[in-house]
Amino acid sequence: MSEEFKIEIVNPEKSFLVKEDVLEVVVPAFEGEMGILKDHISIISFLKPGIIKIFSKSGDENYYVEDGIIEFKNNNLSILTSTIFSVTDLDKSKQEDLLKKAEAEASKPEISDQAKYLADQKVEVLRSIN
Amino acid sequence: MASLDDLKKRIASVKSTQKITKAMKMVAAAKLRRAQESAERGRPYSEKMNNIILNLSNGISDKENAPKLLSGTGENKVHLCVVMTSDRGLCGGFNSNIIKKAKSYFSKILNEGKQLKIITVGSKGNDQLKRVYGDKIIENISFKESKNANYFDADKVGRIIIEKFEAGEFDICTIFYNQFKNVITQLPQAQQIIPLNNEEDHNNSDESYEFEPDEDEILSNLLPKNISTQIFKAMLENSASEQGSRMSAMDNATRNAGEMVDKLTIEYNRSRQAAITKELIEIISGAESL
Repeated sequence: MSEEFKIEIVNPEKSFLVKEDVLEVVVPAFEGEMGILKDHISIISFLKPGIIKIFSKSGDENYYVEDGIIEFKNNNLSILTSTIFSVTDLDKSKQEDLLKKAEAEASKPEISDQAKYLADQKVEVLRSIN
Repeated sequence: MASLDDLKKRIASVKSTQKITKAMKMVAAAKLRRAQESAERGRPYSEKMNNIILNLSNGISDKENAPKLLSGTGENKVHLCVVMTSDRGLCGGFNSNIIKKAKSYFSKILNEGKQLKIITVGSKGNDQLKRVYGDKIIENISFKESKNANYFDADKVGRIIIEKFEAGEFDICTIFYNQFKNVITQLPQAQQIIPLNNEEDHNNSDESYEFEPDEDEILSNLLPKNISTQIFKAMLENSASEQGSRMSAMDNATRNAGEMVDKLTIEYNRSRQAAITKELIEIISGAESL
């Protein structure tokens, strides 16, 4: 029996990625990292800033996301996100840019606790990519 | 009858106008293709978003405590209308169709004795509405600088709307835009986004989902995003419609200019010949009288 399922990542501008031969996806869900295999129960959850890791027959891929919603249903994983970059395409300057933005956000004085947490997450994740 | 010189000048001016409209048509055609593509590419996102929200709202057990963005404030007094138009003119009936649709909605609301607030997106809508409904317009947003519709602009509009909703400034929010059907047809749409109107298909899935964190938290996070998404969709449809409408308007203008040139040329030739004939008659009758 095959252990593959389908993943679809869309952002508002276009359908970002469609893959049919995915074995496992690890997403940075709001309450901790979550690994999804085939025949996972239907689930809806949020993403916090982090790395989406996709393990598939045709190779592994990593993507940096800042936010998003995931829905898994009938072996279809949909990820909706507004900010997503492939880690391999993410060059130094772009990464610095994002990092600076996140740092600026985190050091704002009137920030709410949740926003602060998210911004800190961004900083941490961006620093760890290398 | 106009003199030969005047006719010549008019033909030249109509011809140069025709050149301009022809060029605008070409530009619109090129832009249309791009706008249409991005409208099509943007559809999966808004469809998926809609689906998830539908599944979520079906799963919600007590409707009483559902987030206000979904169920509304329970009142129906103050209406906010977001009228989305273009920033540029010369696009046929594009803007006036939206305005017409919006105006009929406005008068319906005002007749029912409800309060009306308007946000205009795009300067053309603002220009047309401020004459009659100037005191009702609470905000005018324009994205003249950004070339293509992008999500961050939509998000900005969405945030403004949500802020106002949370401040209790309105109960019901409707957006007006043109849906792109094809180059000649654009349908003006009125879509209610707050509270969310999803009475239509309520049954299809009894699938139970696992939620992490719980439903309420997901919904309260998702609904604001959905509003931005809907606005973004409207913006994409609008920009495709604008280009389509401009293209057909400019096509018509080019054709009309061509007809005008033909008519003027005939008139020009006639009067030229008339002048020659007149001269001939004068010469001949002069010769005869000798």
